[in-house]
Amino acid sequence: MAQSRVLVVGGGLAGLAATMRLAELGVNVDLVSLVPVKRSHSVCAQGGINSVNALTRQQGDSEWKHLDDTVYGGDFLQHQPPVKEMADWGPKIIDLMDRLGVPFNRTSEGFRDQRRFGGTLYKRTAFAGATTGQQLLYALDEQVRRWEVEGKVKKWEFWDFLGPVLDDSGRCRGAVCQDLVTMQFKAFPADAVVLATGGNGLIYGRSTMSMVCTGSAVSRAYQAGAWYGNGEFIQVHPTAIPGADKLRLMSESARGEGGRVWVPRKPQDQRDPRSIPEAERCYFLEERYPKYGNLVPRDIATREIFDICTTDGLSVEKDRLCVYLDLTHIPKETLDRKLGGILEIYEKFQGVDPRVTPMKIFPAVHYSMGGLWVDYEKSATGGLVEGSLRNQQTNVPGLYAIGECDYQYHGANRLGANSLLSCIFSGLFVAPTLVNVGDAAATSGGDHVRLFDAEIRRHEERHRELLARTAGDENPYTLHQELGNLMTRVATVVRRNDQLAAAYDEVCRMAERWKRCAVSDTGNWTNQNVVFTKALGDMFPIAKLILKGALLRDECRGAHFKPAFSMPGLTATDPEGKRREAEQWCDAFEANTRKWLKSTIATCGPNGNPEISYQDIDTSLIPPRPRLYGLVGGDAIEEAWRERAAKVAGEAMAKGKTVGVGA
Amino acid sequence: MIKAVDSAADLVRGAADHASDGAVVRVRVLRQDVAGGESYWERFEVPYEPNMNVISVLQKIAAQARSQDGRKVAPVAWDCNCLEEVCGSCTMLINGRTRMACSALVDRLQAEDGDEIELRPMSKFPVVRDLVVDRRRLFRGLEKVKAWVPVEGSYDLGPGPRISPEEQEDAYPLSECMSCGCCLEACPQYTKVEAVRRDGESEAEFEKRRKAAFDSGFVGAHAISQAVLFNAHPTGRMIADERMEALTRQGGIQMCGNAQNCVAVCPKRIPLTRSIARAGRAATVWALKRLFDR
Repeated sequence: MAQSRVLVVGGGLAGLAATMRLAELGVNVDLVSLVPVKRSHSVCAQGGINSVNALTRQQGDSEWKHLDDTVYGGDFLQHQPPVKEMADWGPKIIDLMDRLGVPFNRTSEGFRDQRRFGGTLYKRTAFAGATTGQQLLYALDEQVRRWEVEGKVKKWEFWDFLGPVLDDSGRCRGAVCQDLVTMQFKAFPADAVVLATGGNGLIYGRSTMSMVCTGSAVSRAYQAGAWYGNGEFIQVHPTAIPGADKLRLMSESARGEGGRVWVPRKPQDQRDPRSIPEAERCYFLEERYPKYGNLVPRDIATREIFDICTTDGLSVEKDRLCVYLDLTHIPKETLDRKLGGILEIYEKFQGVDPRVTPMKIFPAVHYSMGGLWVDYEKSATGGLVEGSLRNQQTNVPGLYAIGECDYQYHGANRLGANSLLSCIFSGLFVAPTLVNVGDAAATSGGDHVRLFDAEIRRHEERHRELLARTAGDENPYTLHQELGNLMTRVATVVRRNDQLAAAYDEVCRMAERWKRCAVSDTGNWTNQNVVFTKALGDMFPIAKLILKGALLRDECRGAHFKPAFSMPGLTATDPEGKRREAEQWCDAFEANTRKWLKSTIATCGPNGNPEISYQDIDTSLIPPRPRLYGLVGGDAIEEAWRERAAKVAGEAMAKGKTVGVGA
Repeated sequence: MIKAVDSAADLVRGAADHASDGAVVRVRVLRQDVAGGESYWERFEVPYEPNMNVISVLQKIAAQARSQDGRKVAPVAWDCNCLEEVCGSCTMLINGRTRMACSALVDRLQAEDGDEIELRPMSKFPVVRDLVVDRRRLFRGLEKVKAWVPVEGSYDLGPGPRISPEEQEDAYPLSECMSCGCCLEACPQYTKVEAVRRDGESEAEFEKRRKAAFDSGFVGAHAISQAVLFNAHPTGRMIADERMEALTRQGGIQMCGNAQNCVAVCPKRIPLTRSIARAGRAATVWALKRLFDR
C-alpha cells in the first residue's frame, strides 16, 4: 500500500478521534484547525455521552432501544443503518474513553455512574461532572499529542480551510488553507479530506456555540459542489443563560439530576421565588408530560418554555422572557459533585448562586442537525460495512464529513448526550475507510501541482480584493448582527411561511450588501477583520438554504415547527368519536409521511442560491410511527396506530417479506 | 399547543440589549502591530450596556474600529472562542491581573478598579499581535511530561480500570486544566522564551531549536499538575518514571520557587501547589531510588 496522507479539518471530538485512529493505522495526518485543537467547541458540551450499559440492560434496555429512542426522538428523519451502527458502538466507545483516562463520575463500587437524559426512560448517560465534552476532548487531544511526538500527525493550528481542490474528474485532491498569523496560503495535497468542522450557530448571531462555529468550512465545501442535507433542522436548546456576547448553555443534566422547570402562576410574581408556595407554581412540563416530565425531547421542552412565556404571558420577568430552572431542592453536596462546572458558569456570569436561588433560563440556538450530505454502505444485518469507501463520504469523491458538520445521525431533533457519541463514533468509524481511500485515489492520481497553484492564486486574488475594499459603506460586524437577529426571529422555534419568504429575500439582499463591506484592517498579519469578513460572506449560502428548506417543508417535524401545518390532538371525549378521530389522525399522519418523510438536499446554484430536492429515507429497521409525546388523545391514536402497524406487518409476513420490529 | 406568535423576536432580545443612555466604557489597550514590533497604548470608548464582559467590549471595538479620539484604526486583535471559561483562549492582563476576558465583567471591574479598563497581552509569551500571544511553549510542556495515558491502541479492550469515587474526585479538578496559561503568567520562575528564525535556517531546524529553547526554561505549574494527574491514574502511572525523569531534568520541578502565585490566579481553582508538593515528594523518592539502583 502506498503511504497515504489524509487532511483532517477541525480538531474537536470527531476530528481528533479520526486523527488518533488514522495515526494508529499508519496513515500520516495533517490536522488543520482555527484554534489550538484543545480549545475546540467540543469543550462546551456538558451533560454526558449515551450508551447502553450493564445497568440499563438489566432494566430491559438494548442497543435496539437506543436506536429506537434516537430515531423516534429525531422524528424518523435519519437513515437508520448509520444510527444502528452508532448505537451498537456506544458501549465500546465509552469503554475506550474510560481507558484513555476520562474521569467519569463513579459509583461507590468504582464503576462508571450514569444519569438520565431527555427522550429516554433509561439512565444511559455517562458523565464527568458537568464538563463531559471537555474531558472527552482532552483525552483525545492527549492521544493525538502522543502521535504528534511520534511524527504521525502534523498540527496546523490557527489555520483556516479555504476550500477543497477538485481535479477535472471532480475528485477531491486536497485543500487550500491560510495561516491566520502570517496570512500565507498553502496547498495541502491529500488522498482524502475530512471535514470535522462542527455547527454553524453564528449564522444566528448569538447562540450557545463558540466563536469559531461560523459554518464557513462547510459552506466552502457546499459552494464547491458538496450537497447539504436537512439544513432547516436547527436545535434550539430549552435552557440557556441569556448574555450580551453569548447565550451560555445550561446543560440538560441539570434536569437529569432532578432540576424542575416552573413559572409562578401569577404573571410576573415579584416575590422571592423561594417564598412562592408549591400551589402557586406551575411545573408546566411535569403537568403536560407526566411520563417524561422535565426530560421531554428538546424541541418539545423549547416550544413549551417559549409558549408559556409568549402565549400564556407567564414569563418570570416582564421585559425579558425567562422561566425558572430550580435545583434548590437538591443537596448542595450532590450538586457540586455532579453539576459543579455548570453551576459555576451560572454563578460567574450571573452573580447568583443557583444552589440557593432558582436560575432564570430561556431557549437558545444550540446544534445543527443538518449538515453535509454523506453516504454509507448498509450491511446485511442493517448496520454499516466497516471500511467501505462510501461511509461518511460526501457526493464529492475523496471529500468526507464527520461530527456535527454531517447530517447523518440526528434527524429532525437530536437527543441530549447523543452528539458526543455521534462525533466520536463517526471519527473512529471513518478511519478504516480513509485507509482504503489511499489506494483508490492513487489509481487515478497524477501530478496536481498546477491544479493547486491555480487554486492558491484564486484564493490570493479573493483575499487581495477584500483587502482593497476600504471604501464600502457596510460594516461586517453590524451586518452579521442583522443576519443573526433575522434568522433568530424567523427560523427558530416557530416558523411561518410569510416570514420565511420575506426573510429569504432579505438575506439575498444582505448577501449583496456584503459585497460592499469595508475592511478596517488592510494589513497582512493576524488580520482577524478580513478573516471574519470572509466567514460572514460564507454564512449567506447556508442561511439561504436553511430558510428555503424551512419555507418549502410544509409540516411539523422535530425542531421544525410550523403551526399552520400542525396536527392537533383529538377533541372528542366519547369512545366512538375518539376512535373515529384517531383513525382520521392516522390517515393524515400516513399522508404526511408519504409526502414529507424525506431528506432535504440543497445544492448550491448561482449566487449561492440553493436548489432543493428530496431523497427517500431508509426506515427499514423501525417503521415510522406518530410522535405522540403528551398529545391530547395520544392513547387513542397509539391504539389505532398499533392495529394498523400489526396489519401491515401481518401482510408483509404473508408475502414473505421481513419487517423490522419496532419497540 | 402553540399559537402562531409574531413575538419570536423575543428570542433575539438578550439580557443586555437595553443600551443605557449615553454611558460609556473606557478602555486602554497595549497594542503591537507585528511580532517583535514596538508596543504602544491606544484608548477606546464604547457604549455601556449592563452585563457586559471584556469580550463584548472588544467586539464593539472591532465593529467601530475607531480610537477614542475618532481616528480610524485597525480593530484590536485578541484570542477567544467558547466565551464561558472552558476553552482557555482569552487569557490577558486585565487591570494588571492575569485572567480570562470572558468572565471579566465590566460592572465589577469598574466597581473594583475605577472607570478605565486596562488590557495588556500576557508578558511571558511572545506577542503575535495586540492581545494575541504565542502559547506553543505551554503545549510543549504537556509533551515533555507525557501528559497522556499510554494505551495500546484504540481497539475495544474492555473498560478502563475501576476507580473509587475518592480517586475520581481527586483527579477531576486537575483534569479541568484548560491550558489558559494564567499560572505561567503569574509565576516568577517562568520567564519569556522567544525564539526567532534565523536567516537560512530550515523550518525543521528552527522547530528543533525552538523546542530546545522551550525545554531549557521552567516547565510550569500546569505541566507538573498534569504529571501528577497521570501518575495517579492506574494505567497512566505505568510510565511514571518517564514523567519523573522529565520533571527532574533541566527546567523541571526544582525550579519552582514556591511563590504560590499559580494557585492564586488559576481561574479553575485547581490545587496547583498541592500538585507541586506531591510532585516534589515523588521527585525526591525517585532521585533516591535512582541513586540506589545505580
